[in-house]
Amino acid sequence: MDITTLTSKKSLVWWVIILIIFILLAFVPLYAPGYAAILLISILMYVILTVSWVMFSGSTGYMSLAPAVFFGVGIYASAIIGGKLPFPIVVGIGGLASFCLALLVGALTLRLRGIYFAIFTFGLVMLMAHSLLFWELHVTGTRGRFVIVMGYNTIYYYLLGIFVLLLLTAYLINRSRFGLALQSIGQEEDAAAHTGVNVTMLKVTTFAISAFFMGAAGAVMATKWTYIDPFIAFNPFYSFMPVVMAIFGGMGQLFGPIIGAVILTYLEEFLITKFAELYMLIFGTILVIAILYLPDGLVGLIQKMWNRYSERKHADT
Amino acid sequence: MPILEGKGVTKYFGGLVAVSNVDFKVEQGEALGLIGPNGAGKTTLFNLISAALVPKPGTIRFKGENITGLKPYKICRMVVARTFQLVKVFADMPALSNVILGSYFGMSPGMSSKDAVREATELLEFVGLSAVKGTPAKDLTLANQKRLEVARALATNPELLLLDEMMAGLNPTEVGQAMELVTRIRDKGITIIMIEHVMKAIMNVCERIIVLHHGAKIAEGTPQEIVTSKKVIEVYLGEKAHAGS
Ligand SMILES: Nc1ncnc2c1ncn2[C@@H]1O[C@H](COP(=O)(O)OP(=O)(O)O)[C@@H](O)[C@H]1O
Ligand SMILES: [Mg+2]
Repeated sequence: MDITTLTSKKSLVWWVIILIIFILLAFVPLYAPGYAAILLISILMYVILTVSWVMFSGSTGYMSLAPAVFFGVGIYASAIIGGKLPFPIVVGIGGLASFCLALLVGALTLRLRGIYFAIFTFGLVMLMAHSLLFWELHVTGTRGRFVIVMGYNTIYYYLLGIFVLLLLTAYLINRSRFGLALQSIGQEEDAAAHTGVNVTMLKVTTFAISAFFMGAAGAVMATKWTYIDPFIAFNPFYSFMPVVMAIFGGMGQLFGPIIGAVILTYLEEFLITKFAELYMLIFGTILVIAILYLPDGLVGLIQKMWNRYSERKHADT
Repeated sequence: MPILEGKGVTKYFGGLVAVSNVDFKVEQGEALGLIGPNGAGKTTLFNLISAALVPKPGTIRFKGENITGLKPYKICRMVVARTFQLVKVFADMPALSNVILGSYFGMSPGMSSKDAVREATELLEFVGLSAVKGTPAKDLTLANQKRLEVARALATNPELLLLDEMMAGLNPTEVGQAMELVTRIRDKGITIIMIEHVMKAIMNVCERIIVLHHGAKIAEGTPQEIVTSKKVIEVYLGEKAHAGS
């Protein structure tokens, strides 16, 4: 059989599977018990943060610790304008504000390479939290803000919508020539530049697109927490988790980070409820083991096992 | 009009002058050799031409147009391509994708993906890498990685190609193949500047040679003039002859 028809048949099967998963996900709140929606919200939130993170950092190799910044900007946007405008617009503004900030930060800092970029982006989380705190203490004289509340199902559907949009965007970028260019930046940036890739433009734009989705997710999640302050909104935890989840799941494929985020979020919730005092210990141990023994993440391991299995099958026949 | 012209091209690294007030002209269609001892500033001059670095002071003109200070991707799209002394292939990508990237981005507007794949396949054939087009670049031999860099550079559709020590580290058979490849690139009408320590290759391929020493141009002429120049023998060829004996 012709190889192209084979791959297109295979990818058709994938599309159908993905479609079925999303239809199922769309009906979950109608049938599942209340706490399932809460768990799914957490999972979706981390999936969005992780996939967005991988969209930029996974391919370019620029380790961004700024997710908490963009997530937090979305949260604050929602706190400030939520209720004054229709909610879809609030979410859009949350995303857009993060997008613009990322353009600015990216243009200023993406010339920094390696560890310097990571440290800078992390410093930005602290800077945001503390300058906001300063502002609230000395200018507005408030501490934190209340956010309009929404039902869990509404939050869930908004996150699901953002996730679908994100997945489509990531998929289209990966397939396009820009996906190839992002990889080339990750592997040999100088050579990419001398092969005609406008590296600065591509890095900054992708950084901003990924920030858009983080900001949008923040704007939605704010409504779940009802009260936020600078340290809730700009929590470094939201910078670390996407990195950990992406590494755990494996970044070679689009679904690696998704699987990583799903499993680790579930694990976190499970451990918190069952072993509240041991939770961090167990969680940490699992991460250490994963990083030591799964260089390509869970998906990498599965692929390796699958290859071995199919080799054996070929050997038998 | 020369295809490339440099005037007073200079580059300091801190207090060290790596390229010092160099004037040069490259005529359309010629192969120009650039030689000199290690640390003479040859690679730095390539970096200045390809805009990885900006000369200060000095100007570089491409077909009369001042290109000093443009971004590397712009220079590449203006049809100047290069390879690297220490190979810089996209290690985890298959050889074919390395080249396709050049077809996509090396000119504007880039090619459709169908044309890009076709062109990249032809170029891999041209440099003799058809058999390994699906192999990740990091698994290729050094000689093949160097050829892959040439194919990637050619994919950007250059009029001027800068080859930085393409033959360093290759065995005699591979050097022969590389020389033959350079000749075929010239036959396509592409102007070439090549940095090389293998004098045989330079003598065979280039009709003109520039010699750098401590960043300054100390000689320029035909291969015959260069190998008989007392100054060049003193600072470079003599030293090489000692090293060789
Ligand atoms: N990025 C850099 N920073 C500082 N010094 C450099 C840099 N690149 C090259 N040099 C110095 O400039 C001089 C010329 O180097 P180079 O152009 O690589 O020489 P060549 O290619 O002729 O061997 C050397 O002394 C080298 O140490
Ligand atoms: Mg050199």
